[in-house]
Amino acid sequence: MTDTSVRMMRVRRAGLVRGVLGGLLGGVIGALPLVAAAQSGVEITPGGFLALSYIGLLVGWLAGLGAFGPWAAWVLGRPVNTTGQAAAHGRSGDWTRYFRFTTDHKVIGIQYLVAFLGLFLIAGLLAMLIRLELAQPGQIFGTDTYNTIMSTHGTLMIFVALNTIVGGLGNYFVPLMIGARDMAFPRLNALSFWLIPPALLLILLNPVFGGFDTGWTGYPPLSRQANLGEQAFLLTFITLGISSIVSAVNFLVTVARMRTTGMSMMRLPIFVWSLLVTTAIVLVATSVVASALTMSLFDRLIGTDFFRPALGGDPILYQHLFWFYSHPAVYVMAVPAFGAILEIVPVFSRKPLFAYGLAVLSFVAIGVLSFMVWAHHMFVSGMAEFFHIPIMISTELISVPTGIVFFSAIGTIWLGRLRFATPMLWVFGFIWCFLIGGITGVYLADVPTDLALTDTYFVVAHFHFTIVGGMIFGLFAGLTYWFPKFTGRLMSERLGKLHFWWFTLAFNASFLPMFWLGIQGMRRRVADYPAELGALNLWASVAAWMIGLSMLVFLYNFIRSWVRGPVAGPNPWRARTLEWQVGSPPPVENFEHLPVVSGGPYDYGSPVTGPAIQPTAFAGPEGRLQ
Amino acid sequence: MTAIQPAAHEADLDPAEERGRLLLGIRLFILSEIMLFGAFFTAYFVLRFQAAAWPPNPEFERPGLALVGFNTLLLLSSSVTMQWAMTRIARDDRAGFRRGLLATLALGAVFLGIQVYEFANNGFGISDGIFGSTFYTLTGLHGAHVLTGLLLMTAVGNRARLGLVSREHHTAAEVVSIYWHFVDVVWVLLFVTVYVL
Repeated sequence: MTDTSVRMMRVRRAGLVRGVLGGLLGGVIGALPLVAAAQSGVEITPGGFLALSYIGLLVGWLAGLGAFGPWAAWVLGRPVNTTGQAAAHGRSGDWTRYFRFTTDHKVIGIQYLVAFLGLFLIAGLLAMLIRLELAQPGQIFGTDTYNTIMSTHGTLMIFVALNTIVGGLGNYFVPLMIGARDMAFPRLNALSFWLIPPALLLILLNPVFGGFDTGWTGYPPLSRQANLGEQAFLLTFITLGISSIVSAVNFLVTVARMRTTGMSMMRLPIFVWSLLVTTAIVLVATSVVASALTMSLFDRLIGTDFFRPALGGDPILYQHLFWFYSHPAVYVMAVPAFGAILEIVPVFSRKPLFAYGLAVLSFVAIGVLSFMVWAHHMFVSGMAEFFHIPIMISTELISVPTGIVFFSAIGTIWLGRLRFATPMLWVFGFIWCFLIGGITGVYLADVPTDLALTDTYFVVAHFHFTIVGGMIFGLFAGLTYWFPKFTGRLMSERLGKLHFWWFTLAFNASFLPMFWLGIQGMRRRVADYPAELGALNLWASVAAWMIGLSMLVFLYNFIRSWVRGPVAGPNPWRARTLEWQVGSPPPVENFEHLPVVSGGPYDYGSPVTGPAIQPTAFAGPEGRLQ
Repeated sequence: MTAIQPAAHEADLDPAEERGRLLLGIRLFILSEIMLFGAFFTAYFVLRFQAAAWPPNPEFERPGLALVGFNTLLLLSSSVTMQWAMTRIARDDRAGFRRGLLATLALGAVFLGIQVYEFANNGFGISDGIFGSTFYTLTGLHGAHVLTGLLLMTAVGNRARLGLVSREHHTAAEVVSIYWHFVDVVWVLLFVTVYVL
């Protein structure tokens, strides 16, 4: 077959090429009604074009990828052919399956992981630019450019923090860990991933539309006056919201209905529990922020007045709706990381997880309490006074279940037979950094101190210690722990440890001084600051660039080990959860015969002998006991 | 291997298991929908109770109750016909199911038509202050859900026409009926708060 004919086949087959063509076509079709309206003399805003074109593009893209084919066939009563969409993760086979609408949860997990790690690098480079501007008093970029860099960095990092563990590691490992062959709705799973690329493209293109200067929070009235780039932010955020609601339904149904025989709720690996709580939060909270963003979009596009005080609207309303989602979203970032940490600790301590039941209960408690604390972001907003004290108390209450998670990790480490492999180092890094993040949070939850510290670099330092110290450390722990499973190769321990120490020291060196800068009154989100803060800012900037450099070590290690690291074998860490009882990478259907579980996931060093998982001979083809 | 055969387990997934997944899935999705409408209702109440009068601008009149009351009756009866269709298919009366679904579809379409007519004849638009903003976003959001429901019913209706909906296989119809009842309940709340109170 010649090259051209191969290329022609690619075009004819549903896939990336047709997706792009479909997207372009959809974008044009979406804009047509407005072109027609403009012809008849109605005044049309560029914002209207952007919104309708984007919606058209999204639909055309999904149609071109072949997302709707099986559903259309079902409606028309034709045989549903999903052969093209079933492709398994693994080393052999056609690499293009990672660029197609495929339904295997492992392929989708890798798609999420690679896409969001790429986004993480882009957002990290933007952080390097932020520190370049802030290295010395005075300005390099000018305020508008700086604001766009700062806003884009924040927004992208929020997406990274929300999606990398849940979408990447969650998709890959939840079905494996509960003994299922796939997610409950594989096609919806693929749909929730493929909604994301056009959205990310749009937010990355926001400088083309003039950038935006509202930060990731998008408060009105600024959001109404901001450039068209603001709309890129709003549309992207809403699209990612829809994607995560679909994926949350999928996770919840999967865990509720697809656990294998013997996998009772209290035998679930703690990582699965953490995702269960996380996706429940996503399900309940996300549509609230989608509604707030939609109102904001309508205020810009079709002249509604939700947030315009002059016409009876209320900007504080936006803040309430926004934080009603966005504070729970902090736990959407943190709880999966807690889960990954608690999953790893028993393996490297060779002890059962300490207080498993209490840890599960704390996850649930965090999930419930996270809905009662949102207004602590708004103590200076001018919201109702009577709200201050109850919100302060509920915010401080949430540190109780979070503390229990800590005790669960520390109790497991206590008197364990520790092995300081790279994942375990990240666990210790997590304990240190998240502790600092948590303790400094108390000052921001307390109304009197918050009034002084709000919107200063103290807040910036605090949330970087919680989100980087919590989520990113958890992500690195999880990535280095599960790497042998999803690649079949081992990562270099030497480079892994180098990356850990370099990253952790540079991170602390960069962000610890920011607490001090904040107390000195340096405002967050500013492009310039008083000259006397210059020395400390330079120190923070140099340390921040060191964080950036440390990522090169990680990238080299990650890519090189994936390509030609030593072969890992099924269970290099000698872990007891189900995903380690199959090959690395796992076969197409995960399990030849579904396993039967008769014990907890962490029975390390327990005097009770015998495997927790029965030999498959006892199980029928679908894992039911004969 | 470029493409693998769909897994044996997927091809003959136990219908009862598939039904269980879909019914749980739609209920969870509706939870998220409740929060969506809840946010818009919250905005409505907050803005309304901060306003000195409702509508804040006295020159705009709230739509009369006669037409929308009739419309409410239409939508409520569409839920009844939907449920009737479900009882028919449970007894494997396929023709009865199709009639019930068709009646629901027609009632929903007329409801949507009357809504559009009302929108066109209201004395205020979406950009006429917070009254217009909340009125049209709430009713418009609901209208979009009615439209989605009608499209889903058309899909199920087409399968029924082809004889593919039976007592043993009508999970999709169940899912659509749950969604439709939800849309109906939202309308009752919307009617009471936006039109009557």
